[in-house]
Amino acid sequence: MTELLKLSGLTRQYPGVRANDDVSFSIGAGQVHALLGENGAGKSTLVKMIYGLEKPDAGSMQLRGTPYAPNNPQAARASGVAMVFQHFSLFEALNVAENVALGMENPPKMHALAQSIREVSDAYGLPLDPDRIVGDLSAGERQRVEIIRCLLQDPKLLIMDEPTSVLTPQEVEILFKTLRKLQSEGTSILYISHKLEEIRALCDGATILRLGKVVGECDPKVTTARDMAEMMVGQILHVPSREGGETGDVLLDVQGLDFAPANPFGTRLKNVSLSLRAGEVLGIGGVAGNGQDELLSVLSGEAKTSKGAISYCGQDISGLGPNARRKIGLLAAPEERLGHAAAPNMSLTENAVLTGNIRKKLSKNNFVNWKKTEAFARDIIAKFDVRTPGPDSAARSLSGGNLQKFVIGREVLQDPTVLVVNQPTWGVDASAAAAIRQSLLDLAAKGAGVIVISQDLDELMEISDHFAALNEGKLTAPRVAKGLTVDEIGMMMGGAHDLEEVAP
Amino acid sequence: MIKFVKRPEPSKAWTIATPILAVILTMILGGVLFALMGKDPFAAIRTIFWDPLFNDQFAAYSRPQLLVKAAPLILIAIGLSLGFKAGIWNIGAEGQYIMGALAGAAVGLAFYPTDAWWIFPLMVIAGGIGGFLWAMIPAILKTRFNTNEILVSLMLVYIAEQLLASAALSWLRNPEGNGFPGSRNLSQIPAMSNPELIAGTGTHWGVVAAFAAVVAAYVLINKHMLGFQIRLTGESPRAARFAGVKDKLLVLFCLGTAGVLSGLAGLFEVTGPAGQISIDFGAGYGFTAIIVAFLGRLHPVGILLAGLLLALTFIGGELAQFMLGLPSASIQVFQGMLLMTLLGMDIFVNYRLMVVKKEAL
Repeated sequence: MTELLKLSGLTRQYPGVRANDDVSFSIGAGQVHALLGENGAGKSTLVKMIYGLEKPDAGSMQLRGTPYAPNNPQAARASGVAMVFQHFSLFEALNVAENVALGMENPPKMHALAQSIREVSDAYGLPLDPDRIVGDLSAGERQRVEIIRCLLQDPKLLIMDEPTSVLTPQEVEILFKTLRKLQSEGTSILYISHKLEEIRALCDGATILRLGKVVGECDPKVTTARDMAEMMVGQILHVPSREGGETGDVLLDVQGLDFAPANPFGTRLKNVSLSLRAGEVLGIGGVAGNGQDELLSVLSGEAKTSKGAISYCGQDISGLGPNARRKIGLLAAPEERLGHAAAPNMSLTENAVLTGNIRKKLSKNNFVNWKKTEAFARDIIAKFDVRTPGPDSAARSLSGGNLQKFVIGREVLQDPTVLVVNQPTWGVDASAAAAIRQSLLDLAAKGAGVIVISQDLDELMEISDHFAALNEGKLTAPRVAKGLTVDEIGMMMGGAHDLEEVAP
Repeated sequence: MIKFVKRPEPSKAWTIATPILAVILTMILGGVLFALMGKDPFAAIRTIFWDPLFNDQFAAYSRPQLLVKAAPLILIAIGLSLGFKAGIWNIGAEGQYIMGALAGAAVGLAFYPTDAWWIFPLMVIAGGIGGFLWAMIPAILKTRFNTNEILVSLMLVYIAEQLLASAALSWLRNPEGNGFPGSRNLSQIPAMSNPELIAGTGTHWGVVAAFAAVVAAYVLINKHMLGFQIRLTGESPRAARFAGVKDKLLVLFCLGTAGVLSGLAGLFEVTGPAGQISIDFGAGYGFTAIIVAFLGRLHPVGILLAGLLLALTFIGGELAQFMLGLPSASIQVFQGMLLMTLLGMDIFVNYRLMVVKKEAL
């Protein structure tokens, strides 16, 4: 196998942290190479250097034997390197072809472009109508727009950053077929993920990063997922454990809930019913954008619903706002940390009073007791291992994972009767994620009901008693999580979103 | 190449330093302006900033004027700052100021010539209510129909000015005034006057109210849950909703408080320094207070200092007009510069300058 891209001694220093330290490895032509590592291990910095978004402080790259030092993404694309980002850069109000054209150096005429989009999408099994408005597409379809934008430039190396986090299992299968077809045509793929089973299924080489350094190389086909995980975190992993406790009375009961969000691109909840018992963990899966935010907002009380739709311990709480619900023990932690769960420019102490005021009695006659609030913030920081200089730090100065620990800790330490969390471990490293999951399980063991909305199916299978899936605003009937197969879960999540594989 | 790099946290030192640097920069830029106009820049700056307080000849007259001019600015700016912190943009304080004065004066004059101790307090209450009701118009339109409070409150200023003119010309005109426009002189009616409380200082009830407002706002913002909710709403509205803030109530509160304080400022002005309702009663305090609020970084103590500073430039500006023949427009330009430099310097609170090696292309 000939070498396509060779990295030697790449180093990138940021203020206070060495993001990449002497990173060397190479990717063969037609190889699917995995880049593994926890959040903050330096994966993003590394691919940004390959894609010309960052410049290395030291070290060099070679593409097909010639020196390669792209100054910008245009230069990288001209050399045959393309990238699909984890977060899409698409304009919702424009159609597919227009979005593709915006990302191209010299876009052809619209009808010609639409024609080539159809050809490429047929050839690679990624059906996509060039005339559809992006705002109406599912996350999986949006990703196809990004992929096709790359494929139109006939790349030699395709970089994919966490591509499956927004896909159903069936969609993942089809993406893999596409990637394998690309591979068979000689295109190399650099595949970034922390989903180890996927990497074992797809990749034929892997480089593992930890704290900016290469800590190992392996062949994922023959290495176990557990071994790879331990190489990533550099320690033995503690898998959350739980006693299969008895569940008690119904705490939260939602019947036939309909809800239309104010945001025109939001998802309408249709006839959602669920019930949650004491001691139960209900996992709600589904691809992002299928009503997760809306479900959390109607449960937290931020959005008002029709009368009688939500009852809590037998009492109709549809008309209660967030603080009234906190008072009776129904707490929530939204997905968006900065700007929803926490105010970016405010200190951790101030963010502690944001939801903690009622249950922790942080104010008297509406005058905030800042001393008590700071003690509460310190308590969260200590018990949930939040890495920060102290409670006076602004929320935005924390890394995503640390802020996530703070947000979850803030709710868990308020001793909720029912806790609803959305994406509780998003962006959190493996050992911290395990700690967060354990704290949710401990809550349930103490008799609380927990609803975990997540796109991480492994996480849901690990901690849920019952599993349900959100698909286009509809919630499936919950099923016992134990023993559910990936196929069954995939069908609950809406299958492949009308996606059909092309015949080979 | 010089680049702005975002700070992980807003810099405390720069938060304090930027207003001071902005004042210094304004002095320099203003000096250049005055020099271009053919005036001695040092004399001009000294006349504006130093002479009103320390010149042997004028200080006895101009020093008390400092508090007289600063009080309405501070009172109004404190009210505005609450809304600005929450992202509610009340630009119509001038109208609320006028309506407070009109309502208070009308209530007082309705009892003329009764002489009783309760008339002045009643006028104060009426003044507050006048400003409050005028501010409720944009507030209710915003909460009910989602109108833009900037436009509505601003437009209401012009309506208030027309009402003021009609009051001065007809329904509040002094019947013994020989047909001249303007109401009876309230400051000369003992039951309705707002006198200087301590001779030679300019302290009247409005000054007392302004200081009380500074203290109350400080406590509200820093200690009270409502103040926290105001800051949170301005920081991130979605987090505020999650924290259970009732955003519509907050709009009513912030606009209402600004209305009350502006109305009070108007009432104290019309019963004291201005003395009567006249066509030109609205002197622009309501607009200048916007500058004061931002110059004071929306912080109560900052607003206190900024109000005093702006009042100083008013008095000093008048003095410079009189002494050096500077046109009044150039004083306004000077005050505008102050706001512009402050907003320009603001970037250093959240960003720092970094020299980056120019990348070879």
